Amino acid sequence: MTETIVRTEGLGRDFRVRDGLRRRTVVAVEDLTIEVAAGEAVGYIGANGAGKSTTIKMLTGILVPTRGEVRTCGLRPVPDRRRLAREVGVVFGQRTQLWWDLPVRESLRILAAIHSLSAAEERTRSDELVDRLELADFLTTPVRQLSLGQRMRAEVAAALLHSPRLVILDEPTIGLDVLSKQRLREFLVEERRTHGTTLLLTTHDMGDVERLCDRVLLVDRGSLVFDGTLPGLSATVGAERVLVLDLASSTPDLVDVEGTRHQGSEGGGLRQRLAFDPGATTAARVLAQVSERAEVLDLAIEEPDVEDVVRRIYASRR
Amino acid sequence: MRGSGRTYWRLLVAGFRRQSTYRLAALGGLVANATFGFLKVAILFAAVRAAGGELEGYDVGAISAYIWVSQAMLGSVNLNGRTDLAERIRTGDVAVDFLRPVDVQGAFVATEVGRSLFAFLPRGLPTLAIGVLVVGVPLPDHAWALPLGLVSLLLAVTISATTVYLLATSGFWIVETRGLQILYMVLSGFLAGLFIPIWFFPEWLAVLASATPFPAMLMYPTDVLSGRVDGSGALMHVLVQVGWLLATVAAGQWLTRAGRRRLEVQGG
Repeated sequence: MTETIVRTEGLGRDFRVRDGLRRRTVVAVEDLTIEVAAGEAVGYIGANGAGKSTTIKMLTGILVPTRGEVRTCGLRPVPDRRRLAREVGVVFGQRTQLWWDLPVRESLRILAAIHSLSAAEERTRSDELVDRLELADFLTTPVRQLSLGQRMRAEVAAALLHSPRLVILDEPTIGLDVLSKQRLREFLVEERRTHGTTLLLTTHDMGDVERLCDRVLLVDRGSLVFDGTLPGLSATVGAERVLVLDLASSTPDLVDVEGTRHQGSEGGGLRQRLAFDPGATTAARVLAQVSERAEVLDLAIEEPDVEDVVRRIYASRR
Repeated sequence: MRGSGRTYWRLLVAGFRRQSTYRLAALGGLVANATFGFLKVAILFAAVRAAGGELEGYDVGAISAYIWVSQAMLGSVNLNGRTDLAERIRTGDVAVDFLRPVDVQGAFVATEVGRSLFAFLPRGLPTLAIGVLVVGVPLPDHAWALPLGLVSLLLAVTISATTVYLLATSGFWIVETRGLQILYMVLSGFLAGLFIPIWFFPEWLAVLASATPFPAMLMYPTDVLSGRVDGSGALMHVLVQVGWLLATVAAGQWLTRAGRRRLEVQGG
């Protein structure tokens, strides 16, 4: 049996906020029961305000839960905060843990001191991270002069320097360009493969989930509404596909093609999007019907958009 | 488990190194410290002479020692109340500090003391040297004014760090600490005895000053180092400093713990 890295039971957190003159209670996390095994890569997704950051803060001992139980790496996060800090590495996409006015190398040295790494451990791990995250070019540059992509790579190195068993990433790719995102994802996949690191990430970027995670937890208003694989998530709301058609001439909206739903038209009907359920009809049948009315120049089939799936799950619960 | 001494030592060294990246600022600080030193010489020498060569136990030599020792310490004690920590608390970045296996207060104080100690090299010692060479500073009468003075000095920079820590952590409750920081800046120099020795104050004001940690950051170490107090007087100063250190550390621990519970307010 594999070890459990994260276990929560009925975990919840309320906030007291001032609302004009009165105070009211806002439930950020309502009743969360999850379990993450060692070595898993879990995407923790949900809309803004769904309670993702609050959960992360409770898992890492920054926030005291209002109710419920939580164990991270077998420890109680709040009382065992400092022991837990040696087991967990956290990357906040919008917070920095580097020293703004110091070179990257200096920040890594300070962190090695903070984590009491031996000189040998520090050298080995530092070299590994510098190599794999390609930090060598800007190791002596003060952090304030780095580009966002460079800074995020340095942030990840900083969070992983002490070889944590669990790495929590809160919106790690926010604001990054496509190439930087890709590099970061590749690094994380490799880190997990070589060290068996458990990954837990919150993100709005479904690319992160698709490339990195083998399991998805979807939260809505502080409760878990889905726990499974990404294809499983799509299946729960019906895996609609979209056929994108480029037509030779302007064509009236194809609203009555059997088994499809017209999603939209561009360029006066030159490009039209038809959504269909692959269980009910096939792309070939849809295409045959369209061909009777217009000349098809090109076509593409879009897989279900996960964000759309999430939106639909939310909508179905309201 | 309080984190090993080696960890805090390395944080201290990191603070020292970090400060060393601001060479131009250090030079500017030196110029300012020396300039104000000469200004104080002009005013306080005149005051002592006008009083007939002695004022509240200070003759010209003693006042010179007071001026140059206190000016030399100025770059190392934080009398302006500004800290990175206050900003980190305001933005919520302090959450990251709580994700490290160290005591947040201990890490802050170690780093600050490191910065303070570095500042003695480009600012403190040259300021003192300028005073000694240009104006003249008499040596203390007692051989152990120096070792005890260095202990007092170390205590002073540490108390300055533990005190501004209290100021910064008040940000857990009041979000915008700038008003408090300005109040601190206005009061600290005066009550620490930066402009005139607190022994020149009227009785009630001297008592008021002694009820704050500020004299322990500047006046007491200056007294001990310059040899103005000796024997039991010097020892008393150091003991009072130890008292302030313990009090501010305890208050800081308490504020840290209470502040952690408030952390949720800033930043989702």
